[in-house]
Amino acid sequence: MLAFMTRRVLYSLLILLGVTLITYLLLFMLPADPARQIAGRSATPEVVENIRHQLGLDLPFYQQYFNYLMGLLHGDLGRSFIQRSEVSELIGSRLAPSLQLMGMGILFELIIGIGLGIIAALKRDSFADRLLMAFSFIGVSSPQFIAAMLFLYFFAVKLDWFPMGGYGEFRHILLPALTLGLLGSGWYSRMVRSSMIEVLHQDFIRTARAKGLSRVRVVFRHVLPNAIVPVIPMIGIDIGIFMGGLVVVESVFGWPGIGQLAWQAIQQVDIPVIVGVTTVSAVAIVLGNLLADLVIPLVDPRIDVKKH
Amino acid sequence: MTAETSRPLLSVEHLSIEFGNRRVVNDLSFALHSGKTLCIAGESGSGKSLTSLAIMGLLPKIARVPSGTLLFEGRDLLALPERQMQQLRGKEIGMIFQEPMTSLNPLMMVGQQLEETVRRHEPVSRRQARQRAKEMLDAVRVPHVDKRLVQYPHELSGGMRQRVMIAMAMVCRPRVLIADEPTTALDVTIQAQILELMRELQREFDTTLLMITHDMGVVAEMADEVVVMNQGVMEEHAPVRDLFNAPQAAYTQKLLAAVPVLGTAPKPESRAAQPVVLEVTDLTVRFPLRSGWFEEARNVHAVENVSFSLRQGETLGIVGESGCGKSTTGKALMSMLAYDGSVKLLGRELNGLKGEALKPVRQDIQMIFQDPYASLNPRKTILDLVGEPLLIHGQTDFSQRKARVAQLLEQVGLPGEAMERYPHMFSGGQRQRICIARALALNPKVIIADESVSALDVSVQAQVLDLLERLQEEYQLSYVFISHDMAVVERICHRVAVMFCGQIVEIGQRDQVLGNPQHPYTRRLLSAVPMPDVDHRRDFKALLKEIETPDPIKPRGYEASVQNYRAVDLDHLVAV
Repeated sequence: MLAFMTRRVLYSLLILLGVTLITYLLLFMLPADPARQIAGRSATPEVVENIRHQLGLDLPFYQQYFNYLMGLLHGDLGRSFIQRSEVSELIGSRLAPSLQLMGMGILFELIIGIGLGIIAALKRDSFADRLLMAFSFIGVSSPQFIAAMLFLYFFAVKLDWFPMGGYGEFRHILLPALTLGLLGSGWYSRMVRSSMIEVLHQDFIRTARAKGLSRVRVVFRHVLPNAIVPVIPMIGIDIGIFMGGLVVVESVFGWPGIGQLAWQAIQQVDIPVIVGVTTVSAVAIVLGNLLADLVIPLVDPRIDVKKH
Repeated sequence: MTAETSRPLLSVEHLSIEFGNRRVVNDLSFALHSGKTLCIAGESGSGKSLTSLAIMGLLPKIARVPSGTLLFEGRDLLALPERQMQQLRGKEIGMIFQEPMTSLNPLMMVGQQLEETVRRHEPVSRRQARQRAKEMLDAVRVPHVDKRLVQYPHELSGGMRQRVMIAMAMVCRPRVLIADEPTTALDVTIQAQILELMRELQREFDTTLLMITHDMGVVAEMADEVVVMNQGVMEEHAPVRDLFNAPQAAYTQKLLAAVPVLGTAPKPESRAAQPVVLEVTDLTVRFPLRSGWFEEARNVHAVENVSFSLRQGETLGIVGESGCGKSTTGKALMSMLAYDGSVKLLGRELNGLKGEALKPVRQDIQMIFQDPYASLNPRKTILDLVGEPLLIHGQTDFSQRKARVAQLLEQVGLPGEAMERYPHMFSGGQRQRICIARALALNPKVIIADESVSALDVSVQAQVLDLLERLQEEYQLSYVFISHDMAVVERICHRVAVMFCGQIVEIGQRDQVLGNPQHPYTRRLLSAVPMPDVDHRRDFKALLKEIETPDPIKPRGYEASVQNYRAVDLDHLVAV
C-alpha cells in the first residue's frame, strides 16, 4: 500500500509538472499581449514596456516558468494582473461553489446515467432502449454552451421552474447541476448499458436465477455491482471533462465558481489566474483518479492495489 | 415396487424446443423417479443442456417451447408463472453448472452466496442461514469452513468452487438436483471427488439426480437410467446396465464404440529401434513473479528438470492435471518461452537460438493446439491459414502454394474446395483437421499436440486420433501428445510420461506406466478415471483425501533438489 501510494504521488507530481509546462508554453505563444491589455489602448509604448517589466513578462520563457514553479513550491500561485489580489485567494473564495456544483452535477450524472443504462440494458433492443440511447447520443454530442442556454431559456425563462441564476439557496444549484448532469449522463448510460448486457450473459447470473432469486435481487445484487466496476475509473477521468463543462455552465448561469473565474481570466489574458485555475484543475483530476483507484478494490476483491 | 411402476417425481412429456425455425429438441419424453439418477448423455448440439434449462425455466429468451409438458408433483412447470418458478428454483429443484470458475459471483463472499439462497426460500434469521451454509459446506467436505465462508470465489480452486456450487444447490434440500456437465471442466481426480460427493449426498438426502454429460464413463459410474440424445432427438432410453451391455439404437452403439476405454487399446509396436529425433535433458522453466519494492523476488517453478527422448515414429504422451507443467513443457519445446536445460532436435541444440536462427527449426517441429475455434484467425481463408507457414518459409509462388494446400487438405480428409472458405464455416472436428494440415505444411519431423482432441466430441475425437495415427504411419512423424485424458493417451501413445508439480514422476512404455503404475500419483490418477463398465463401479472414496502438493512458488535462487529415479524395468523409471 505504501509503495503504491509513493508511486502514485510521484506520478502525480510528474503529471502536474507536465500540465503547468504545457499551459505556460501555450500562453507564452499566445499572440495577445497582457501588458498592452492592462495598459489600455491609449498607453504609450514606454508605459506598456514598463508594465511588461513589472510583471516579469520580459524575462525569457524558462525564467518565467521557473519563477512560477518556485512560487508553487511555497504555495504561492502568483498575483492576478487585473484584479490586484493573490490568485490563491481568488481561487480559494470560488472553490466552494464550484465543488458544490461539481458534486451535485456528478450526483445527477450518475443517477441519470446509471438509471437509464440499467433500463436500456434490461429492455435491450426495445423502443425504450433505442429512445434512451438516442437521448444519450444527443447528450454526449451537443455543445455545452448551446445546451446550457437552451435549458436556461426553457426551464427558467419560459416555464419558470427554476431561478434564472444566482447563488446561495438550494434551488439555485438545481438547473446548472442538471445541465451538467444531463449532458454527462450519456457516457454513463452507454457504458452501464453495455457493461450490464455483458454481465447479464455471465454464468453466475444464471446461477443466481437458478437459486430462485427475484428479478430485482438478481439485477441489483448480482448484475449491477459487477457492471459498475468498469464505470468507477470513468468517474475519475470524468472530473477532467467536468472541469471543462464548469467553465461554460458557470458562465451561462452566473455561478461564482472557478469556471467563471477562468472564463474572465481568459478574456483578459490574466495569465497567473489561468495557470492557477489549470493547476488546481489538474490537481483535482489527479486526486479524482487516485480516489477511483482506491475505491475499486473495495468493490472488487479480485483487484489488489498491492499488485499494481 | 420397481422404479417404473412408482409415480415419477418429474416427468417430461413430448417436450420440443425451437430456436426460430430450428427445432433443437424434438418430442422428448422421460421420467425422473425419486431417489434415482437419470443421465442424459449426448454429444454437443444434442439438446441435453437445453432440456435441463427448460425444466428450470431458464431457457434463453429466443427459445420457444411449441409443445410438451413438464410435470413436477402434478404441476406443469411450463405453465407456471415466473414468480412461482422462482419459489421452486433452488428450493425444490437445484442446479449446478459446468464451469465452476465462472458460475459464482466474483464480488460476493462464499458465505453470502449460500445464505442468500437459504434466506430466499426459508424464513430464517441471518445467523441460522449462516449455520445452514456451514453445515452444507461440511457435507460437501469443504475443509476449514469458517475461513471459506468469508472468502471470495477467486480465492478457491476449481474443485472447491464446484463443491460450493453443489452446497449452494443443495442447501435448501431440493428434491431434484440437476447437474449439467458438473465435472467436465475439472481434473480427473477432482472429477472423481465430485462424483463421489454427489453419490454421498444423494444417499444422505435422498435426492433425485438428473445429470447431463457427454462422458460415457461418468454415465456408467453414476446412472440408474440413461437417455441418449442426438441432434435433439432421443435415440435410446434404457436402464444403465442394458444400455452398456446391449445398446439397441445404432447411434448408441456407434457412440459407445468411439469411447476410448482404458485398458482395451491394442499393444503398440515398439519404436525402440528407431533413431532419436528429440532429446530433452533437464528442461527447467521458471516464471519470475512480479514483485513490489519491498517484496522478496520469487519464481514460479513451472517445469523442473524434465528429461526424455522421442524416437522417430513414436508418440510420447505427457499426462497430468492442470498446473502440472505439461503445456509449459510443450511451449518450451517449441522455443516459445525461455528455458534452462537442453532440447536437441535431430542432434541440433535449440536452447539459445533466437529470431532468424529459429526459422529452420520451425520446419521440423510444429504444434497443434487445444481449441480449434480459437486457433484459426476468423478473417483469413483456409488457403491463407494453411498456406501461411509455406509463405513464411519462402514458398512465394501462388499456384505452387495453392497446389500444396490442396494436397494437405486432402491428406487430412477435407475437399480441396475448402480452401476458399473461412473457419466459421467448419465444424470443430473439421477445424482441428485444418490445424493439423497447417502443422503438416512444412513436413515437420515432430508435432506437439497440446490437448488437441480434448475439445472434440468422442466420435469426432476418434476420427482425429485415427487421422493422427495414419499420418504418423505415412510420414514417420513423432508426436508429443499432451493430454489429461488417460484413455486417449493409452489409445495413441507408445510411451507415457506422468507429470506432477513440474516434474516427471513416472515414465516408460505405455503398458509399463498404465498397466503397472509404481508412483503413488500415477496410481491415484488412474484410479480416478471413470470407466464405462457398469458391472464394476469404481469407489472414489480414497480420492477424497487430498494429497500434499508442494508450493511451486519459491524464493529466487532456490534450487530444487535433484529428482532421482528408480528403474522398475528396462525403460521404466519412477521418481523416488
